[in-house]
Amino acid sequence: MDGRFLARRNAQPARLADVPLLQESAFRAAVLDAVQTDGCHIASLFGRETDGAIELIAVVASDEASELGLIRTRLTGDSFASLTADCPQAQLFEREIAEQFGVTPEGHPWLKPVRFHAPWREPQPGGTHTPGVTDFFRVEGDEVHEVAVGPVHAGVIEPGHFRFQCHGEQVFHLEIALGYQHRGIEAAIAGGPSKRTVHMMESAAGDTTIGHTLAYAQALEALGGAKPPARAHAIRGIALELERLANHVGDLGALAGDVAFLPTASFCGRIRGDYLNLSAELCGSRFGRGLVRPGGVTFDIEPTRISALQERLDTATRDAKEAVALLWETPTVMERFEATGVVDSDACEEIGLVGVAARACGRAIDVRHDFPFGIYRFVHLPVMTAHHGDVNSRAFVRWLELQRSAEFVALQLRTLPATPVRVECGAPAADSIVVSMTEGWRGEVCHVAITGRDGAFTRYKITDPSFHNWFGLALALRGGQISDFPLCNKSFNLSYCGHDL
Amino acid sequence: MRGLAQLLLVLVASPLLLGVINRTKAIMAGRRGQPLFQAYWDIAKLFRKGSVISLTTTWIFLLGPAVAIVVPLLASLMLPLAAPRAPIAFTGDVIVFVYLFALSRFCTTAAALDTGSAFEGMGAARELTFAALAEPALFFGFLALARVSGGISLTSFMTMDGSHWRSASAALVLVIASWFLVLLAENSRVPFDDPNTHLELTMIHEVMVLDHSGPAFGFILWGAAMKLFVYCALIVGVILPTSGSPLVDLPAILGGVLLVGVVIGLVESGMARLRLVRVPQLLVTASLVAGFAVVLVLR
Repeated sequence: MDGRFLARRNAQPARLADVPLLQESAFRAAVLDAVQTDGCHIASLFGRETDGAIELIAVVASDEASELGLIRTRLTGDSFASLTADCPQAQLFEREIAEQFGVTPEGHPWLKPVRFHAPWREPQPGGTHTPGVTDFFRVEGDEVHEVAVGPVHAGVIEPGHFRFQCHGEQVFHLEIALGYQHRGIEAAIAGGPSKRTVHMMESAAGDTTIGHTLAYAQALEALGGAKPPARAHAIRGIALELERLANHVGDLGALAGDVAFLPTASFCGRIRGDYLNLSAELCGSRFGRGLVRPGGVTFDIEPTRISALQERLDTATRDAKEAVALLWETPTVMERFEATGVVDSDACEEIGLVGVAARACGRAIDVRHDFPFGIYRFVHLPVMTAHHGDVNSRAFVRWLELQRSAEFVALQLRTLPATPVRVECGAPAADSIVVSMTEGWRGEVCHVAITGRDGAFTRYKITDPSFHNWFGLALALRGGQISDFPLCNKSFNLSYCGHDL
Repeated sequence: MRGLAQLLLVLVASPLLLGVINRTKAIMAGRRGQPLFQAYWDIAKLFRKGSVISLTTTWIFLLGPAVAIVVPLLASLMLPLAAPRAPIAFTGDVIVFVYLFALSRFCTTAAALDTGSAFEGMGAARELTFAALAEPALFFGFLALARVSGGISLTSFMTMDGSHWRSASAALVLVIASWFLVLLAENSRVPFDDPNTHLELTMIHEVMVLDHSGPAFGFILWGAAMKLFVYCALIVGVILPTSGSPLVDLPAILGGVLLVGVVIGLVESGMARLRLVRVPQLLVTASLVAGFAVVLVLR
């Protein structure tokens, strides 16, 4: 990342006019240089409509410099040169831009709708789409067969369509079609913030309530010039890690369940509930709704509840350690986990995986470490990695993070600063942009807020970690066994609604 | 008359076996678990429900469940349960016994293919592949037992007087170990299949019956319970010497069957299921083990 970008720290606002506006070709070259030579990854790439023209804004994240680079360009026609061929991690972002604004990324190798909604811009060149009705990659041949799964599944899970090209039990190719959960959150936020905005954040991806709401709160605080008190930062950290604990334990249990290993499956299901109940103890909601608000948090923790929380946290963590340790001690489980669903580290970097899935491939990226925010500026959590990129690595990273998170929460409960928990958050500054990132339990949550002349959002871009990672699941299946798909899927455990928004 | 009583016994007792397995698993996992008689309620519930039948299917789709419930009943008539002689017994009945189940498998897979669903076809392919590999283990076992008992009939295998444990214990242990693996594979239990999974892509048996509902699915469920009961009874019958008195033998064989259920529950509680590509390896192992038993008795 170089001088062509406007460099900002996490949740540091800027005037929109200060973001360099480049020619299309210069914009393209700058983003490619940042990704290919400077080791940055694309945190967000999106369009917005301004004065009847389409503007593209790229946010590249430099993990080493802890800086977010902003850059933009204005399209002159209805198309632009696609980045995807040279920078595969842009592929889904470009498909999204094409769908939202009815423009064409020329040279995109597989341009398809993402969420199957009508373009936001009038007139609507593409017309309306029906979810799932699109071209799918096909392998031809007498011995090749196609298996289509979903969107309605045998279990109670979110809808998504998976299409496998198989040779017997072996998978040649998997294509994933989502969009069934599209609710139009981004479009609905524009014009805000209103009273409803925070609730949309809380339900953008229900299992990452704290992650998304925190990113939103940080963005508004940055734009409104508010500085939340230290105690609020600590409580937000506790809530974020409790969310991680509950989901990681739940995932490890579900992984055990998928290989029919009952003991861990049964115990972890219960322990996940214990962690969720800790969140409920914190704010009355098992998923942390109603806790994080711009300016701080809505609930303080009194001394009596601190000791209750500590006690229950210790019990749950002790149980979790016993239950999860069984996994690593059972050879039949290891046989299933190891070398299943491998994503190699080159592919991981190329397609821009984030979060647990990236750390399982040996990439030490973690927003808490690389772009510290809130409490993580003062308390540092080590980045947990594994190196094989298989189901076992993804499970093991969860197991390591689970232990660090439990230690973190215990420490924070002991050392809560004595300050108020909330300050007033002023109205957002006009004509500004801010990038706010948090490390949700799946990985990097990136929110970009842009305000207009009156301080209202003209564009609010949400990027859930699932948006980066779904393609990783497709790659993990290549050459694998179709019967291992559920296990691989669970090891990523990506969000459908976080992707579909 | 005795045949009728035996049919009733298999019909009534078999769902309990599922209850015992589930209860064992629940206790091992620290859960309370479903009621012991849940399988009875499930079957009763299914019989009261309507069915949804795909328009692309033909009569073959309903033949599967019908055969699936008749075959285990017929097969059970060849087992001498607490009697000196099975209701149906003749030299070579073992072959009919094995191929009755093969017939049932043929009809189930045909019904699965009849739906035209990619999953069901996949499940049918898996089922048939693994069944073909399990067959040698059964027949090697029969061969060894024929040599030990001096007859080629299930009745002669299951009514030995105990002296077989003195003369050919090593071979018997091998046969029983091999057959236990076959039992797990044939009845879609862990480590071959996972009867509890909802993940259609990993299923073997369950995926073939995804389209069945209502009474037809009730037949399948009940038939599967009876098939498991018959396999357990076969193994228990070979292990236990008969005393000749039904008052001793009947509780012994029923207790033995439920005990096998507990063992299945313990196996399912202690290990993960195999990667699908490893299943053939374990089945070939089962055949080799039974083959060794034959070598031992022929020596």
